[in-house]
Amino acid sequence: MSHPVAPVRHVLIEGNKSYHQISEDLSVPTERAPSREWILAFSVASAFTALYVFAVVWTIWKGIGEWGTNRTINWAWDITNFVWWIGIGHAGTLISAILLLFRQRWRTGVNRAAEAMTIFAVICAGQFPLIHMGRLWLAFFIFPFPNTRGPLWVNFNSPLLWDVFAISTYFSVSVLFWYTGLVPDLATVRDRAVGFRKKMYEIFSFGWTGSAKHWQRWESLSLILAGLSTPLVLSVHTIVSFDFATSVIPGWHTTIFPPYFVAGAIFSGFAMVQTLMVITRKVLKLEEYITINHIDSMNKVIVLTGTIVGVAYLTELFIAWYSGYIYEQFAFYNRVFGIYWWAYFGMMFCNVVSPQLFWSRRIRRSIWWTFFLSIVVNIGMWFERFVIIATTLARDYLPSSWSYYRPTWVEISIFTGTIGLFFFLFMIFTRLAPVVAIAEVKAILKVAGDQYIGPKARKEKQQQAEQVAEKQQEKL
Amino acid sequence: MSAESKKVLYGLYNDEEELKSAVKTARQGHLDIMDVYSPFPVHGLDPILGLSESRLHILGFVYGATGALFGFLFMSWALAKDWPILFGGKPYWPVPSFIPITFEMTVLFAAWGMTITFYTICGMWPGVKAKILDNRISDDKFCIAFDVTEAEQRSMSQLKDFFKKTGAAEVHEKTL
Repeated sequence: MSHPVAPVRHVLIEGNKSYHQISEDLSVPTERAPSREWILAFSVASAFTALYVFAVVWTIWKGIGEWGTNRTINWAWDITNFVWWIGIGHAGTLISAILLLFRQRWRTGVNRAAEAMTIFAVICAGQFPLIHMGRLWLAFFIFPFPNTRGPLWVNFNSPLLWDVFAISTYFSVSVLFWYTGLVPDLATVRDRAVGFRKKMYEIFSFGWTGSAKHWQRWESLSLILAGLSTPLVLSVHTIVSFDFATSVIPGWHTTIFPPYFVAGAIFSGFAMVQTLMVITRKVLKLEEYITINHIDSMNKVIVLTGTIVGVAYLTELFIAWYSGYIYEQFAFYNRVFGIYWWAYFGMMFCNVVSPQLFWSRRIRRSIWWTFFLSIVVNIGMWFERFVIIATTLARDYLPSSWSYYRPTWVEISIFTGTIGLFFFLFMIFTRLAPVVAIAEVKAILKVAGDQYIGPKARKEKQQQAEQVAEKQQEKL
Repeated sequence: MSAESKKVLYGLYNDEEELKSAVKTARQGHLDIMDVYSPFPVHGLDPILGLSESRLHILGFVYGATGALFGFLFMSWALAKDWPILFGGKPYWPVPSFIPITFEMTVLFAAWGMTITFYTICGMWPGVKAKILDNRISDDKFCIAFDVTEAEQRSMSQLKDFFKKTGAAEVHEKTL
């Protein structure tokens, strides 16, 4: 009944699934009582979230002086963590939007979780600029609202203000995209539920019926939101890089920053998706939906973007030398061989050398290697932001004000706390909504299910043909 | 949509290909389909069912253009007219530095406008109670529904024949 498909396509859904089995497998994690592993992991995440809250309250109560930042290095861990989290978020949009436009079917296995990851990562990222403002209760001053001081408007020329608009637009559009995709699946959960859970999902699913016209509009909306999100995600990290690139600090004032930041963002984001997916597919038993083929595809993206980032690092060094401008040359000499040399070599090793292992098919398709390297890449990308920010500021124009930066326990707690917050939110999400997009997986079943394509399907067909031949022989 | 209750005759199919050929048969036999429900978007169904293309994307453009104009004009008014301030010796009306926010406002307006429009025209909102014919429609059943509130016995049997002929797994009646 289904039309023939090319044999080069990968099997994306294993285990000879029927439509009903897909609903069953993907809804069950929201229905059964949490496992002991989940409770344990959730307790750890909650503890770190509590640590985060404590450290933030401490900062606001005592002031920014509790941090290790000083007059020379006035931006350090806070902005490093901000850029790191924003970058991690970008993979979600890339998977859900850009891969939708490119019609990459493997996105359906991971897009829901990756979009959720985007939202939670942006929540974590947003904390840092807000806390760094010091007087958190005046944070609304960043928006241009009519006020009694004139009204005095915000400075629309400032890249920091562009950031405000970019991040808030990115966050709200990501939420819309994610939730609209989620509505049909929440309806599936609703139709299986009883009692209080049914009432709850009736509210969350907005009265979805699955009518043909609604599906048509839903697809149209998803496609256009994808089309809008694609330039949006590129603009967000471009603008984040403008925070540095539009300044006049040697080492920051470079035109390569926007593409290099975007590639780095996708690189670290995919690494975080891998970290999360490797755990999620195991704990929620989704190995047949998030297959080795998915992991393989994502590792290919990691090796590509990792190489782009590597080329960008070398280009930066070359341009610094080629510019003949001694301040630029010093900034880069200092970056590589200065006081933070260990961060630079850590970054080079984690971001440029380690992902090259993924050229090997065996490593690309190994769960343990993927998990290990995904963490290495994320450490490397954190180092990258730290190298750009702290190293550059530590050696500024006046040698008399050169300084060294060490984080205090407060900054370390805030950072590790946001990692806890991230997992805290993600684990709540896995309990409330299907982690894999049910409707979208069903829609690709007949072109990516292992009973239709791949070696298993071929074997089945062969067996059928042999049976027919045997019967004919018997008849003869 | 009327608030009065409707009597609906519906058939459930097990596969989207069966659904598509059934819809084709129904259209050829001039049967008036009320709606078709499915657990996922069935590609190729819309032309068979006679649904015209959604015009949501046209509205998306309108919303986006509104956002772009609003963002750009607001910034121009605020910085060049309402309270002109000199920032670093740059012009009072620095058009290039308005580009990022103008772009963000375009995306923001288009995305929110389209999403709100989508939920409004589909009659979906938190707290709306879905008129569901069968719980399995969001699972693995494909459904064709006919409005039979004023149908006579003869046309009822004609519809039942149609379901039987096109291979519906189940046929039910329900009042919505």
